[in-house]
This record gives sequence, C-alpha cells and structure tokens, in this order.
Amino acid sequence: MPNFIMSYLNSKDAITPGAAGSQFWALVYVFIIFAGVSVAVMAMNWLERKALAHFQIRLGPMRVGPHGLLQPIADAIKLMLKEDIIPAEADQFVFWVAPLIGLLAAFTVYTVIPFGPSQAVSDMNIGILFMLGVSSLGVLGIVVAGWASNSHYPLIGALRSSAQMVSYEVAMGLAVVSAILMTSLNATGTGTLSMIGIVQAQQQQGVWFIFKFFPLGLIAFGIFAIAMIAETNRAPFDMAEAESELTAGYHTEYSGLRWSLFMLAEYAAMIAVSSIAVALWLGGWMRPFPNLLHGPAWDFIFSLFPGLTFFGLAAIAVVGVVRMPAHSFFRIQRIGLAAFAAVLGFIALLLLVIAVAGRSADTSVAARFREGIDYVYWFVFKVAIFMYLFIWYRATWPRYRFDQLMKIGWKVMLPISLVVLIMTAIVGVLVS
Amino acid sequence: MNPALNSGLNSAVNAGMAPVATPCFFYVLAGLAVVSGLLVITRRNAVHSALALIVTLLAVTGLYLMLYAPFVAAVQIFVYAGGIMLLFLFVIMLVNIERSSKDRQFNRMWPVGLAAACALLALFVTAFVKGKALFPDRMISLPESSNTQQIAGMLYGEAGRMGEYTFAFEIASLLLLVAILGAVIMTKKKI
Repeated sequence: MPNFIMSYLNSKDAITPGAAGSQFWALVYVFIIFAGVSVAVMAMNWLERKALAHFQIRLGPMRVGPHGLLQPIADAIKLMLKEDIIPAEADQFVFWVAPLIGLLAAFTVYTVIPFGPSQAVSDMNIGILFMLGVSSLGVLGIVVAGWASNSHYPLIGALRSSAQMVSYEVAMGLAVVSAILMTSLNATGTGTLSMIGIVQAQQQQGVWFIFKFFPLGLIAFGIFAIAMIAETNRAPFDMAEAESELTAGYHTEYSGLRWSLFMLAEYAAMIAVSSIAVALWLGGWMRPFPNLLHGPAWDFIFSLFPGLTFFGLAAIAVVGVVRMPAHSFFRIQRIGLAAFAAVLGFIALLLLVIAVAGRSADTSVAARFREGIDYVYWFVFKVAIFMYLFIWYRATWPRYRFDQLMKIGWKVMLPISLVVLIMTAIVGVLVS
Repeated sequence: MNPALNSGLNSAVNAGMAPVATPCFFYVLAGLAVVSGLLVITRRNAVHSALALIVTLLAVTGLYLMLYAPFVAAVQIFVYAGGIMLLFLFVIMLVNIERSSKDRQFNRMWPVGLAAACALLALFVTAFVKGKALFPDRMISLPESSNTQQIAGMLYGEAGRMGEYTFAFEIASLLLLVAILGAVIMTKKKI
C-alpha cells in the first residue's frame, strides 16, 4: 500500500490522477475537493451575512461565537434538527429527489476544475463542454422542486428559473466559444476543450484571454460574468426566489435539511461557474504578471503570498481578541478567537516554511509542494474575488423585472456575444 | 488502421487509460437504461415519465463514454438531458396532471408500435448472431484525447483536405434555422 500511495507522489511528470489511471488518488482528490467546497460554502455563508450587514450599516451575526464565526455551524445543526415537512398534496418521491438532482449536478462539475496543471481529478478532453452540460442539469432540480411542491409560488418560480436559465445559457455558450477559439492560435492551429489545456494555451500565448484582442476578450468575459449570475439565480437576477413576489420561489415548501441542500447546491454552483470564468479568461492557476515579472526572485516573492494571506487573517483575529470587551462574559469567546488566531498563524508559518524550503531546488518534495500550493492559492484567490463580487452585486443592485431580464438576455447579450464571436474569428484568422 | 491513431491508442493504454471494470459498468448502465425506459411508457404521470426519460438519456451517456465517444456524450447531456428535457418539463408542468392522469388512456397506434418494436428486436438479434460477418472484426477505438479533434476533422476537413461531411452538416443546420424561423413566424402575429 505505501508503494501505491508513493507512486503518484514520486512521478516525475505531473499529471492528474485521472490521466494516471490512479483510482486511489482520484478518490483522495474527490474527498479533498468535497470537504474544501463544503467549508468554502460555510465560510461564504458567514461572509455573505456579515458583508451584507456591513453594507447596510448593521452588525450581522454577533452572538454565536466571536463576531458570529460559529453561526454557520449553529445554522447547520438547526437545519438538521428541524422537522422535515412534505406537503400533503406534494408528489412525495419527486419532492424528495429534487434537491439531490441540483446537488449532484453542482458537485459533479468539480471533477474537471483545474486547480493546477495536475491538481484536478481528471483532465477530460471535453472539459468545458462537460462543465457547461452538467451544470445546466442543475436547473432540472429547481424545475422539478417547483412542480413537486404542488403550490403556486414554487411553480411560478420554477417556470421563471427555467426560462431564465435557458435564455442566458445561449449568450454564455457563445461567450465561452469565443474563448475556446482563442486557444487555437498556436502553431498547429488546433484548439482544445480541456480545462487544463485552455489555461495552458493562455500560458503559451503569454496573455490571459481577458486581455486578448483587447476589447473582444473583455467583452466576452463581461457577457459570461453577467450570464453566470443569471445561471446561478443570484441577485439582481434572482427572479426564481424573489421574496417580495413569490415568497421564496421554488423552495417555498421546503424546510430543514432538504432546504439546506438547495442552498449548498446554489453556493457550490456559484463556485463552479466562477471557476469556469477564472480558467477561461483569468489565467486559471497562473500568478499575476508571469511574463512581466519572471525569474526565480519574482517566483519566490509571489510564493510568499499564501503564507502572508494567512498571516493577515491571523492578524485580524488577533485584533479581534485585543478589542474584545474586558468582561468575564467574553472570556470563552476570547480564548476561542485566540486559539483560532493561533491556528491561522501556524498555517501561515507552515506555508512560509514550505515557500522558503522549496525556493531553489526544482526536484525536491518541498519544491513540488510549493508549486502545488502556489497553483491552488492563485486559483482559489481569483475565485474568491468572484465570490465577493456576488455578495457585492446582491448588496448594490435592485432586482430586475422578469420581462427586463428576458429583454436583456435575448436582445442585448445574445447579439453582442454573436458579434464578439464573429469578430474573434475574423481577428484570429487575420493574426495567424 | 491509421498508424497515428494506433500510436495514440497505445500511448493511451500505456498511460493507464484502459477501461476499468467494463462489464460491471456496462450491465449497470444498460439495466438502468432499460428499466427507466420501461418506466417512461408505464407511468401515468407525465412528469414521472419525463424524469425517467432523463435517467435513460444519462445512462446512454455513460454508454457513449464507455465507447470512447466523450464528445457525443457531452452533446447528449447538453442537448438532450439539459435542453430538450427541460423544455419537455416546462410544457408538461403547465398541463393539469390531476385531470389528465384520471382520463382513460387511449392509443390506436399500438399495432404500429408493436410492429416497429418487433422489427427493431429482429434487427438486434440479427446483429447479435451474425455480427462477426456484418461488422469489421475489430473496432477502431480512438484515444479519448483526440475524439473531438477527429470529429472536427471529419466535419470541416483537416490539413488541406476538404471535410467529407461539411455540406451535409451545413445543410442540416440550415434546416434547423428554417424550423426556428418558421416557429417564430407562426406564433408571432406581428414581428
């Protein structure tokens, strides 16, 4: 068994477990990604409530743990203990299975997300098609949930959401195609659909596709960035769950664990579409300015970022400890937050040690770890920016009316994305 | 067999891409497809039928993947399971299921359906029995990594060679465009 485990760690050329045919490591990756996404969803839940509160000059959750840090855990326990009500008139089986459809679709796409050149479960030849196809299955969960509830608001929410997702998928697909076209600008003239291949094409061409053919890549990215908000049913396009019109839309009748599965699926889908945007336009796992600021010195400076980020988080936690009121009531909270700061500081120290140890030698285990950490860090960092933007949009923009939403989708975004696609093809032919 | 393909296949096998537990996966997927296919025609509730049809389509997608046809599999998910079935559900949900499921089900087309099913069964049995004579004795299994490129080469031509199916492909897409325009013109009174 140790040989089995070491075989993948020692292999000289880095490939994904899927390409190596190693089921053991594929399973390990799947577990790591599942755990990571679940933790990210909890963190995102806390951050969203806090950030929204601060946008509106409120405090947000403050009671459970220091600054409400344990609120997601408390929420999860509450949701699990809550009575699971199935309405009498509902279609029992379909009502039961609907949240699982959305969850499965949202988590299946993570098999091809490229966290690094070898940090993905598998590198499919059809990567981007697979991601778009499977994430479009998620809407089936919403539609079926709305129908199975056998109630008016959920049904209208489901109809809205399916119409909206079908409409925006068109513009989204065309924007993606224009990015895929850019991957074919190499010596052989053959593009690729593989997620890792798309990032490597940006690496070879020395430019992120958002800056390629200057306004064209940016416009395609903009269209994708708008369409992905509609795809994930987030504000300002959250017509499917508009609480002022439809109570809670498709999940009005859901409660307890099943409702939380919908939330988990929604946030997992948000992370997944952000990853598509990052991989296609923002250079995936590449650090900023790899072609301007290159060389071992810059590599070393940028490899300090993961450790420094955790130091920053630890420093924020320490400030929280210092500013906590000196009352015996806050003693346990103070100890907890101090322990949290210590854990963050320890992780930061570990990351810095790895960065320093792996700075020169290219073959040592430390160097491989440093590389892997760099790749995953920059990918996650870019995705995290998108996640914050999702919150920011929600706090800033009022909800669209449904006919306005459709009008923008079909009459503005679709023509623009078609023009961008044709222009990209023309410029690409002229350049090559 | 083309030497480039052959070397690609060998390298794929060398890299450990040989299929895993093939018979087991095949029987599970095939069984799933058959059972859910039966559910499609036996359920009285149209939404249940549609859901069973989605399961059938996804099981067939798995079979495509086992045949080293990932592009076809992706298009199957994208177009059928994701797009068309969503529209099916969209329409079915607007029908009053309560009333239609209590209506007497009638169908005068069952003799035709039975004949078609028997013909298809006969075809399958023939293919199964005389398969060795009817089909080439070994399948060209393309390496997974070049499947999409092969399809593109067939459709659009590659390396200075005209594609074999370019005309048919373009005509088919024109036909779809005409159908879309026709649908728009028939439903919209004023454009």
